[in-house]
Amino acid sequence: MKVEIITETIDDGFLLRLKGDVDMNSSSDVRSALADVFKKGTSGMKAVLIDLSQVRYMDSSGIATLVEAMQNCMKKKARLRLFELSPPVRDVFEMARLSSVFEIYATRNDAVNGL
Amino acid sequence: MSEQVTLIVPSHPKYLFVIRSAVYPIMVDAGLSRKEARKVVLAVDEACSNIIKYAYEGDHSKTIALKVSVDQGALTIELKDSGRKPDVEKITPRKLDDIRPGGLGTHFMAEVFDRIDYDTSSEAGTVLTLVKNTR
Repeated sequence: MKVEIITETIDDGFLLRLKGDVDMNSSSDVRSALADVFKKGTSGMKAVLIDLSQVRYMDSSGIATLVEAMQNCMKKKARLRLFELSPPVRDVFEMARLSSVFEIYATRNDAVNGL
Repeated sequence: MSEQVTLIVPSHPKYLFVIRSAVYPIMVDAGLSRKEARKVVLAVDEACSNIIKYAYEGDHSKTIALKVSVDQGALTIELKDSGRKPDVEKITPRKLDDIRPGGLGTHFMAEVFDRIDYDTSSEAGTVLTLVKNTR
């Protein structure tokens, strides 16, 4: 199964919308999309937002991709903010005890606030 | 009486969704909540990913044989491969406070299943047995 990735430029940086399964077969596509964002991102980039509402499944390779994205954001002094986690994504975050490590928001508006 | 479902898929990551799609409804039908069933699916998927990565070292021309058994009191999932045998002594879930990419699969398996057994006694490959007690 493939993952669809739509990248939008927003005032504070970039917004990625993921749709489908993020697993061993597709997480490299997400990693490539994020690499493009970090390549394009100027020093003024404040945040990378990721909409996870349409993610039907995520495994540890998806988690690893997000951890790498968080580390890259820190290097760029930008924020990585995740919003609208679908139930399967919420499950994997809980199991990996990562819910408190990432900045997670209920809605896009909540994620944008305070940037 | 035990009910069994068997499935053989190629060792390519693009077929992992087939295993997930097979396991989830069996778990729900066996009485697990949707959340519990999703966690079982995640752990089985991680076990299959590890077979592709470590037992077959990325060789997509092999197979993974899945057998799901539903018994009173237990759900048993067997995964059989014909690849490189693991060093069972070295398989340990990593510490979760070490925030870094990778190494979560064995943690997920340990969290979901009550018993995990690696049988490397056959001439080739491994049979990984995952058991979840249901009462």
